[in-house]
Amino acid sequence: MLRAMSLMAIFVFALIRPVTAADAVNPQADFKAFRDYFTKKFPNVPLNDFVNGPYSMDAGLRKQWLEIDQFPPYDFAIDRGKQMFAKPFKNGKTYGDCFPNKGIGIRQNYPYFDEKSGQVITLELALNQCREANGEAPYSYVKDEMASLTAYMAFTSRGKPFDIKIPNDPRALAAYEKGEEYFYTRRGQLNFSCASCHVQSAGEHIRTEMLAPALGILAAMPIYRSEWNGMGTISRRFVTCNSQVRGVPLPPQDELYRDVEYYLSYMSNGLPIAGPGTRP
Amino acid sequence: MRLRLLFSMTGLIWLVAATAATAASTNADFKAALNAAEAAENDAGALKNQWTTTEETLTAAKKAAAAGDFDTAVDDARQAEALAKASIAQAREQEIAWRAAVIH
Repeated sequence: MLRAMSLMAIFVFALIRPVTAADAVNPQADFKAFRDYFTKKFPNVPLNDFVNGPYSMDAGLRKQWLEIDQFPPYDFAIDRGKQMFAKPFKNGKTYGDCFPNKGIGIRQNYPYFDEKSGQVITLELALNQCREANGEAPYSYVKDEMASLTAYMAFTSRGKPFDIKIPNDPRALAAYEKGEEYFYTRRGQLNFSCASCHVQSAGEHIRTEMLAPALGILAAMPIYRSEWNGMGTISRRFVTCNSQVRGVPLPPQDELYRDVEYYLSYMSNGLPIAGPGTRP
Repeated sequence: MRLRLLFSMTGLIWLVAATAATAASTNADFKAALNAAEAAENDAGALKNQWTTTEETLTAAKKAAAAGDFDTAVDDARQAEALAKASIAQAREQEIAWRAAVIH
């Protein structure tokens, strides 16, 4: 009887153990699997070209993009952002005073996990924190001023590889995992997850649009989107993605949106910043 | 005599049933349906998984009620409740199911 019970226990343990191992949070293993998936799925796309989204996998779209880029529609946002960035607040300080290296060439390090506050800090959040710390009202997270400021900061980081760190802090690992969970969770009446489009269907068409691969998907942000007839931030992209699957979006810069940005940016480590960009 | 009584009773039952089936909904019916729908939608909100269609259907229900069309209002509120419950079921199912989609 005891022997039978022991055998049963070993059998149950053997069944459970692999699931536990698979469920353990392992960003390095996720990173490798993520990269392998996309490079195998699109063997003809050079690794660094993934940051160009649909233009990396459709010759016709790429040709149009190169034509558009002769006179980039995001240029106005860069110029405006540059002016805003240099203009002192009422107290005489500037955005540069809030950031390392005066805010130049640092986009690739965002988002980061702030061990002091225990949360993920995105560039958009850091910009508004900077404004509020200097007695200024925060900007809308989705477009206009925020898009201009992040466009300028991204421009000063062009070509620099994403360098997202996950510190040895269980809270950072938890934020990473929450971001991963959000990315793969189906939601909305259409029952889509972020991954439904940008992993399982990357490179395919949804109506007239080609779905961008998740690898490098945030590297060109913020973007001038023809569909929007203007600039939009990462916050805007997440909000519209949720709405498009008939899910009520979270507030911009909600903790979960920041966590999913953390997860996706970590997955793009080593890929060059290409923002600001254009998309159909 | 017994047969006549049976026919009369059957007719009476049919009349009561038909009246009940076609009875117009009241404001009280709408409020009860709305309360149930909003409670379910609040639960979906706690799971951060509300659907835009639920919100739109709730709005349509309130609009119909404001116009005095309680039949439509009750139908819409019940539809909204069903949508909210579906979004809750989706969230509960995805608490575990998301892991199956992760790239390994």
